[in-house]
Parts: sequence; C-alpha cells; structure tokens
Amino acid sequence: MQNTHSYFNETHNMVRATARRFVEERILPNIDAWEEAGTFPRELYKEAADLGLLGVGHPEAYGGAGETDIFLKIAVSEELMRCTSGGLTASLGSLDIGLPPIWRWGSEDMKQRVVPQVLSGEKISALAITEPGGGSDVANLQTRAVREGDYYRVNGNKTFITSGCRADYYTVAVRTGDKGFGGVSLLLIEKGTPGFSQSPPLKKMGWWASDTAELYFEDCMVPAENLIGPENGGFYCIMTNFQMERLMLCVMANMTSQLAYEEALNYAKERQAFGRSLTGFQVTRHKLVEMATAVEISREYTYRVAAKMQAGDNVIKEVSMAKNFATQTADKLTYDAVQIFGGAGFMRGTVVERLYRDNRILPIGGGTYEIMNEVIAKQIGL
Amino acid sequence: MKVLVPIKRVVDHNVKVRVKADNSGVDLANVKMAMNPFCEIAVEEAVRLKESGAVSEIVVVTIGAKAADEQLRTALALGADRAIRVETEEDAQPLAIAKALKAVYDKESPNLVILGKQAIDGDNNQTGQMFAALAGLPQGTFASEVKVEGDKVQVTREIDGGLQTVELSLPAVVTTDLRLNEPRYASLPNIMKAKKKPLDVLSADEVGVDFTPKVKVLKVEAPAEREAGIIVGSVDELVEKLKNEAKVI
Repeated sequence: MQNTHSYFNETHNMVRATARRFVEERILPNIDAWEEAGTFPRELYKEAADLGLLGVGHPEAYGGAGETDIFLKIAVSEELMRCTSGGLTASLGSLDIGLPPIWRWGSEDMKQRVVPQVLSGEKISALAITEPGGGSDVANLQTRAVREGDYYRVNGNKTFITSGCRADYYTVAVRTGDKGFGGVSLLLIEKGTPGFSQSPPLKKMGWWASDTAELYFEDCMVPAENLIGPENGGFYCIMTNFQMERLMLCVMANMTSQLAYEEALNYAKERQAFGRSLTGFQVTRHKLVEMATAVEISREYTYRVAAKMQAGDNVIKEVSMAKNFATQTADKLTYDAVQIFGGAGFMRGTVVERLYRDNRILPIGGGTYEIMNEVIAKQIGL
Repeated sequence: MKVLVPIKRVVDHNVKVRVKADNSGVDLANVKMAMNPFCEIAVEEAVRLKESGAVSEIVVVTIGAKAADEQLRTALALGADRAIRVETEEDAQPLAIAKALKAVYDKESPNLVILGKQAIDGDNNQTGQMFAALAGLPQGTFASEVKVEGDKVQVTREIDGGLQTVELSLPAVVTTDLRLNEPRYASLPNIMKAKKKPLDVLSADEVGVDFTPKVKVLKVEAPAEREAGIIVGSVDELVEKLKNEAKVI
C-alpha cells in the first residue's frame, strides 16, 4: 500500500517494482540458507549493481543514479528489506555509509578511482567509526594517525564494522590532532595495506548474513592523499553522514514493523484456536489494529522528515526523533508479532523470529536511542 | 520492420484479490497494479527481435486511464521505443479494445503485432483473435517460439498434446504463451532513459471507438475455500480413500 503515497512518483514505483522482483527472485529463495551460513554470495553486489540498485543515492558523475532523490532511495531500501534479513540489507548497503564521505569530500582522483568500482559491484565499501573503547563518543576516538612524510602511520582498532571482512575500501575515522572533536579525520584505507588486518566474522544476536568484523591497524602506512576532507575536519563529515544513515535506519525499522505486522496478520487469519481463527478473538484483532496504526504513523513521520530533508531543511532534531520513534515502534511490533505466533515465533525459520533478533540493533546502530535523545535535548534547548 | 505490442494494466499477480462486499467485482482500492505477465512476455519478445536485428522499432499501446502510463513507461524501460495510450475511463472489454487496436494498427502499419494471449484479470483470451479478424491478419496464438524470416514469421504454438508450428505471412498477429521467454528486469538506468521516450495519447473519438461495456457482470464470487488436506500412511490407504471417500477411482 505504501507505494501509492504521493511522496512517490511513477519512476519511484517502477524502480520499486524492479527491486521487489530482484528480492523475490534472487534473495528470498536463498535467504534462510544464507542467514544460517552467515554470509551471502559476493555476486549479489554485482547483480544489484547491474540493475542500477546500488547506485541509488550516489552521484551520476561516478556511475550512480543521482544523490538528490531521497524518495527513490527510500523506495529501493524498503523493497530490499522485504528480503526479511536486516543483515543482508545492511551488508549490501554498506556502501551507503562508506561512500558518501568519499564523493563529498575526497579528492577527484580518489572519487574516480573508488566510487565507480563500488557502484558497479566489483568492490565493497565500509564505514569504520566505532572502537572497542567506545562508539557513541565519536569525539574521543583513539585510533591514531600520525603524519610521516607522504604517509599517515595508523595504530588502533575498530569494531562492529558492517562488511568488515569483505570490504575493499574502508572509510576510517582516526585521530590526527589533539583530543576532542577537532582532532578527528577520515582516511580511506584499502584492504591489503601492510599493517591492516580484519578479524573473522563476529558472532551476533542478529544480522547473521552480515559480515561484521573488528579491524586492526598496526603501524599501517596509509598514503597521505587518502585523507578524506580537511585534516582534523572529520567530525563534521561524520556527523553530516549520520543524517542519511539515520533516515535509512528509520526506513529499516519501519519495514521491520511492516513485515512483523504482515506476518502476524497472515498467521492470525490462518491459525485456529478454540474453534476459530485468531482474528476471531477481539484481543488479537485489537493487537493487530494497534500494530497497523503504529506502523502507519511511524512511516508517515519518516516520510515527512525525508520530505523536509529533500527540501534542504536541517532536520537533525526531526531525524533523531523519527529514528527513536521508528525503532521503538519496531521493538513493540516485533515483540507483538512473536507473541501472536506463540511457540512458532520462537523457532528458527519463521520470519518474525528473525525480525525480533535483527531489530535489536536498530536502536543502537547509527546513534543509540540515548544519544538521539541527547541530540534532541540540545536542539530543543535543554 | 515495426512491431506493435498492445499491453494491459492489471492487478499485480502477487496480490490476493478480494471480492467487493456487494459482489459487483474485485476490490481495486489501494491494490498494487502491474503489467499483465503475458504482456511482459510480449514486450520481451519484441525487444529480443530488435536485439537480433530483425526489428527496428517497437511501439507499445494500451487502452485505459492515465494511471496506465506507468505500465507504458515500464515497457519503454524494457526496450520499447515509443508508446501510445488510448484514453478511456471505462473498463474496456475485448471487442472494444480490438477495435481500438485496429485503429492504431491502421495508423501505424506495423509488420507484426505481438500481444499476450490473455490478461490475468478477465482471463478472456479474446483480444488477439478479435483484433486479427478485424484487421484481416493471419494469427499464431499461444506462441512458445517465434522466428522472423524475411516476410514470414514462424510460430510454434502450445496446443493440447504437443507443439504445432505454423508459418504466417507478415503482417501477422502473435499471442504469447507463458514459456516463450523469461522477461528481463527494467534496470534503473533504462527506467531513467524511458522518461524521455515519447508517449502519445489518443482520445476515444480519435480511434472512433465507444468503450461503454457491452457485457454486463451480474455477480462476482470468491472461489470456494479449499479444505485442509490429509497425510496418508501408505499406498493402500491412499487407494482406499480415493475409492471410498473421494470416489475418483
């Protein structure tokens, strides 16, 4: 139903149809096996790229479909989430957080070299901010990069990095200057650079199909031209990047809610208890109605924030509110969906079981629920 | 060589349709719409003929309201060159559609017309045949293979008990069956390019067709619900049940 909203035009609907078919034919038949295996074939990046799906949200000059049409991005992201695996969606989409700093602030040479290869699905891009010593406290990150002639000598660790094992290009936040936000920079670090290694995939509660890793830098010498944006100006870049990431997390959370609701609705219609279907009980009907209401309200607010973003408004406060509202809604809806499924919802192999686990990261990643509230507090003058 | 491909906007094949409470038809409010799957196959076949060099231009046509432009744009994204929509708000029926197609055919003079054997909404399986008769053209229906050679087209037809190959003189009408090909995806760059391809609109008056429905639907009912199956323990039990309960052997 969401594709009939006026936020979406004919082009969006056509691209949505292509994305949906890609998910139905190429991902859904395999997703359970890929989730259990903890990975998915690398060729999927190429297939998504060939359809133009990876390029959505990235500039045309470097092989993308354009970075200005936010609702095109939302349409594609919504459909990719219909694969029912947050992990696959996050891994396939890790370029959406890794690449924008490069095409926004990287050198022309870097853009030409890196962006087309990633958008064509040949290379994988990842973003590395969080460290074992702290995630939310970006201004105090510890990974050190010291300028030595034409190189930066990088020492430190990163963790919880999506596409951390398989990525080729890492957009890494490092400390080049004094402590605090004014000493942070972004560096492009390529796989294979001596002194740079990755852990095996980390075992996680959810997002199983995603390769999440720790990164280790030990006297890793990174060419100085790999600096993204101004030295010690990385904090601003990171914060700018977060706005779109947070909007996309809203979309993920809303789709998690939508899928949980759809699954619960279908199950409740089929499942018989005490001689009637579960929807024959007022308690279940009301629960489903409340789920439907919550997901619509959350989605509409996200769309509204996206429309403001599209118009060029500063939406730091609103996107933080939308993220918290959407993830809280998904928390409740995935809980309720499992409750309606009963024992079956506790079993591996049902979609609601996976949604319940995958959802747990959404109020944590891209800015925790608590940090979002602090951002909002500052914006409303508290 | 020019190919004309008529297409239809229908309820998406993945949607579980619901009958309206007053049994007057299927509820179309807020339902996802798409190109009829047999029409997708027709577009794909035309695009393949173009890629093979046998065809130089593909024109897609539909009859319907403005919303059907979305399906025309999809066809353009799949590889058609230009599109025509014959405007009507009526729920057009096969004979009226065939008459409109005849008017477009006369205007465009294509060498080949490829269309789906039926649309999944009405399942009429009439438009292609009616149009061929009105235009006085040879027809090869239910095609599973199409070969264009010179001024002839060879059509392999799926018929009861096997395959039948017929040869038609161009211009001719071909209706597509399910196994003719597997339609491609509309890639995003092609969707963007399709926005710039021409889409013309003709009024009902311009084609000289009255789209007022001539067939009246009296009642639409959902199929009877299927009862749950059972798992039998042995072949003997199966035979026993088929004989005594189902009474089919």
